[in-house]
Amino acid sequence: MNFTQIKNRAIAEWEAQRKSDKPHILVGSATCGRAAGAGPVLEAIKATLAQHNLEATITQVGCIGLCYAEPLVDIVKPGRPRISYGNVTPEIIPQLIEDYLIHDNPRADLALGTLGEGDIEGIPKLFELPMLKPQVRIALRNCGIIDPENINQYIANGGYSGLERALSLSPEAVIEEIKKSGLRGRGGAGFPTGLKWEFCRKSPGTIKYIICNADEGDPGAFMDRSLLEGDPHAVLEGMLIGAYAIGATEGYIYVRAEYPLAIQRLKLALQQMAEYGLLGDNILGSNLSLHLKIKEGAGAFVCGEETAMMASIEGKRGMPRSRPPFPAQSGLWGKPTNINNVETWANVSAIMQRGADWYSSYGSEKSKGTKTFALAGKINRTGLIEVPMGISLEKIVYDIGGGIPGGKRFKAVQTGGPSGGCLPASQLNLPVDYESLTAAGSIMGSGGMVVMDEDTCIVDVARYFLSFTQAESCGKCVPCRLGTKQMLDMLENICRGQGKPEDIDLLLELSQRVKAGSLCALGGTAPNPVLTTIRYFREEYEAHIKEKRCPALACTELISYYILPDKCQGCGICLRDCPAEAIAGGKRMVHVIDQDKCIKCGTCLDVCPERFGAVVKVSGEEIEVPKEPVPVAAAKPNTQA
Amino acid sequence: MIILAETEVKDKLDEILSHHSANRDELIPILQEVQEALGYLPQEAMQKVARFLHLPESAVFGVSTFYAQFKFFPTGKKKVRLCRGTACHVRGAPHILEEVEKRLGIKPGETTDDLEYSLETIACFGSCALAPVMVVDDNVYGRMTPKKVAQILGDKKRD
Repeated sequence: MNFTQIKNRAIAEWEAQRKSDKPHILVGSATCGRAAGAGPVLEAIKATLAQHNLEATITQVGCIGLCYAEPLVDIVKPGRPRISYGNVTPEIIPQLIEDYLIHDNPRADLALGTLGEGDIEGIPKLFELPMLKPQVRIALRNCGIIDPENINQYIANGGYSGLERALSLSPEAVIEEIKKSGLRGRGGAGFPTGLKWEFCRKSPGTIKYIICNADEGDPGAFMDRSLLEGDPHAVLEGMLIGAYAIGATEGYIYVRAEYPLAIQRLKLALQQMAEYGLLGDNILGSNLSLHLKIKEGAGAFVCGEETAMMASIEGKRGMPRSRPPFPAQSGLWGKPTNINNVETWANVSAIMQRGADWYSSYGSEKSKGTKTFALAGKINRTGLIEVPMGISLEKIVYDIGGGIPGGKRFKAVQTGGPSGGCLPASQLNLPVDYESLTAAGSIMGSGGMVVMDEDTCIVDVARYFLSFTQAESCGKCVPCRLGTKQMLDMLENICRGQGKPEDIDLLLELSQRVKAGSLCALGGTAPNPVLTTIRYFREEYEAHIKEKRCPALACTELISYYILPDKCQGCGICLRDCPAEAIAGGKRMVHVIDQDKCIKCGTCLDVCPERFGAVVKVSGEEIEVPKEPVPVAAAKPNTQA
Repeated sequence: MIILAETEVKDKLDEILSHHSANRDELIPILQEVQEALGYLPQEAMQKVARFLHLPESAVFGVSTFYAQFKFFPTGKKKVRLCRGTACHVRGAPHILEEVEKRLGIKPGETTDDLEYSLETIACFGSCALAPVMVVDDNVYGRMTPKKVAQILGDKKRD
């Protein structure tokens, strides 16, 4: 069967499903959907269908990015648009299926929105929702839409037509097309992809390698996982195009072992490609041959760095080496090698499918196209988003993310993971592109975006990132191995209220040394979270050091809990629940916390009935309370309450 | 943990090695399979892998200790893993860890005396939108609270 026949059959299959007289139920079953409980929902759907003797096609799809509303279930009735339902529970399923499939009530109250042609009264269009409207989905074009385990659905939606087009051009022309698109590496550093390919193409040698970097290690990032789980073929088609342009015959996909579902779907995808002649020798009858292998990572963050990753593939300790020689000249086993990140490969297939001009019509002057972000932390609508480059941080946090929950105040947004920085409210109008983020002291990074509110202590965040990079430093470069340790010690002291006034300057100086003296980007960027937090939140560091006060009331050793005598009703709940037995009291007696015994777990604050509100958390101040329990009525009103 | 007799360890190893070639780049995949089968990397197994790949034992030991995934002591029947990613941290993962430590009576990297539970922290599971996240074996639990810990782990001893 040639590719035209494969394509026609795939399109016919897709159309048949669309026009089928059976309802179609789609369940979001990426890792996030599963974590939210997609499994029991799926079981409930099957049970309900069986109970009513209903026939329906059930498909498990990837993540459409509305993680805050997981588990998601979509129902398509013949001739009707697809309806997405959010926060679905196994308990709701029987009623929902009965109402919509049997009684034709689409349950607008449970629906998020509709997809596809046509309207349903009372339900908005899904892509008109505030979270989705500003988005442009290129890398994530099929995620949550198609069945990632069915190659035909990818092909029916334009899949592998980019490869077909590439094979009709010369490899040089493909490189030109990628250059023209303006695509830059989505792994973080933003190196122009076409240029990187050209270096590798021009390197002498008959054996060349391509690698897909799927070692998404930044804590707070899940774009690559969602992409591999939701649309693996988009990435693999990109790799075929890259292999053709560069002249590579062997390739690796280096995936974190923490992503079992992504690995499973990649394995299946490779099998399907081989069956269709899209992998192996003479792909689609051309002179392109590519053999791909999956390599599972073994839990080392530094292996996301190109040279460390190659060492790991070769079966060695994953330690970076100095460059030059660059991988394009001497990479895996000394051969020219090209490494691109998952999202970059997914963009490549889109560019070849729809053209460089179409792609570069999105984005800003120097940063073309779109970028995916994993939006998480203290934000109302967490999820996976894809936006045109140049969009403002404010639009992402407030329009797409829906702002901060619980009426709290926005404090900072962290981009770029442990290599990036925390940007304050004053930087919210910053356009999201490589240059602007770097100028603000952070980086684009791979796309983690964690929002923090007023309850997040910024010094603790810096300490958290340093503890991560310090533990993940491979130990090769002394400034990184020992410098990050010294910085971490200082940050821990500051969080404990034992910081010294000179610590801030010392941290700044050490940061410069660590950056300058490290071979790879891990050490070269590890100080960024410290530098940006000092730059934008210096007063919080000073409060910790000079006043022994944590303004966010987060650093355990700088906070105290008190029971206000004028509010305590002597109910005894806090006394009963205190795990440290630090509370003294009795019936109708004002309870008192023994500050020496208190472990500051906050249980008393959590359990004190809201109508009393007698427990307070403070930092850097003492509240005058009785030393011993006194009768409730006898307690004098507290002046500081 | 799976307690195996010496011959069983040998049989399992032979089985694993039989479908690998003796190339250096097979080292990590072999170690991963050995750990999957035995729960950890016993010293004898690493020595045997070294002989198979014609590598010095120090090289095999060096590689296995570099990667966080590899364990050198038996681990518990149930693996409890807690995410210490940024989103989880910001959303209260430290409190979840405290609760798990209290329930199981062990710290990260440790196994309960009865070999029922092992506790680990993981850099990031990539389920940040559902933070904080806890994983027990292959089951991912999102939006964790200290109360949910009790429901999932049950009333294990509190010592």
